[in-house]
Amino acid sequence: PQAALAMAAKRGTDEMRDRVVLGEFGVRNVHTTDFPGNYPGYEDAWDQRRFEEGFRVDVIREEEGTLEFDMVGIDAAIANAFRRILLAEVPTMAVEKVFVYNNTSIVQDEILAHRLGLIPIRADPRLFEYRNQGDEEGTEIDTLQFQLKIKCSRNPQAAKESSDPNELYFNHKVYSKHMTWVPLGNQTDLFPDADFRPVHDDILIALLRPGQEIDVLMHCVKGIDHAKFSPVATASYRLLPDITLLQPVEDEAAEMLQKCFSPGVIEIQDIKG
Amino acid sequence: IQADGTDGNCVTFVLHDEDHTLGNSLRYMVMKNPEVEFCGYCITHPSESKINFRIQTRGALPAVEPFRKGLNDLMGVCQHVLDTFEVRLFLKSS
Repeated sequence: PQAALAMAAKRGTDEMRDRVVLGEFGVRNVHTTDFPGNYPGYEDAWDQRRFEEGFRVDVIREEEGTLEFDMVGIDAAIANAFRRILLAEVPTMAVEKVFVYNNTSIVQDEILAHRLGLIPIRADPRLFEYRNQGDEEGTEIDTLQFQLKIKCSRNPQAAKESSDPNELYFNHKVYSKHMTWVPLGNQTDLFPDADFRPVHDDILIALLRPGQEIDVLMHCVKGIDHAKFSPVATASYRLLPDITLLQPVEDEAAEMLQKCFSPGVIEIQDIKG
Repeated sequence: IQADGTDGNCVTFVLHDEDHTLGNSLRYMVMKNPEVEFCGYCITHPSESKINFRIQTRGALPAVEPFRKGLNDLMGVCQHVLDTFEVRLFLKSS
């Protein structure tokens, strides 16, 4: 009896230390409390060796544009710091300066420049330097130049009554695949096999009609201080759920419970028919 | 750096160009130090990127010590996480 009480108390403090509890009206136990001095009998002071023994990473899914992995044995404060760094402090290359030579489309210059800046560029930022403060021109080690030159014209072969713009006009949709890389200085020698282009070819930049044209030159730089430089579409983390059923669930209730979760989470065992 | 009182026990460090990214993770590492009686941080104003980081130690230990130890521990954690992650990713892809 006394041992059982002590066991239950220990389970209670373990839950208080390790688990965030989802109550009916709110979340409990959110803050980390396992600091030295809070719990007598627990070794809470920082020990690198104990951390390394208890820490592991399991990669769940790795695809073209997604990576999902579990980190076990690390506190939410550090995991959150990693998430914040991924979103805001990993540099990429993005269009910073747009030199507009001719823009007769209905998209205003500044709106067009803003849209061009948000297009993700396939270029390894480790190959480039940061631009020096106050340097307006840009050199070949810190700048990537792209050109977008496109003119819309009428299709003489189109049928008289058609109203489909795909048939009536040439080049009326400006996509990111129309952006071409213009090597600066010795970039052709530095990057002989490089293929610098936007990550996605099918990003619609603007719409044109016959007689309208866009002729711009873009300078991409390496940076972190704007959302366009964020390398991730998003980075997020969540705590691993730990579900404990308090009572055995049988028959139809068990099947209903199984349906609530993704297939494979709950397995129904057949006992006594 | 602003020190309270005559001993170096309670010190408020003002860190410029920092935010919750460093503040919260450093606070966690410093709190894990048994010599620290109090550790907290706050953002003075959301428009300025400046944090006030305060450490108070038990006994006569100068507050700079746990600050230094916390930074070193944090570097150790990050290095270990990076190594483990690289290994797992390499194993997964091969």
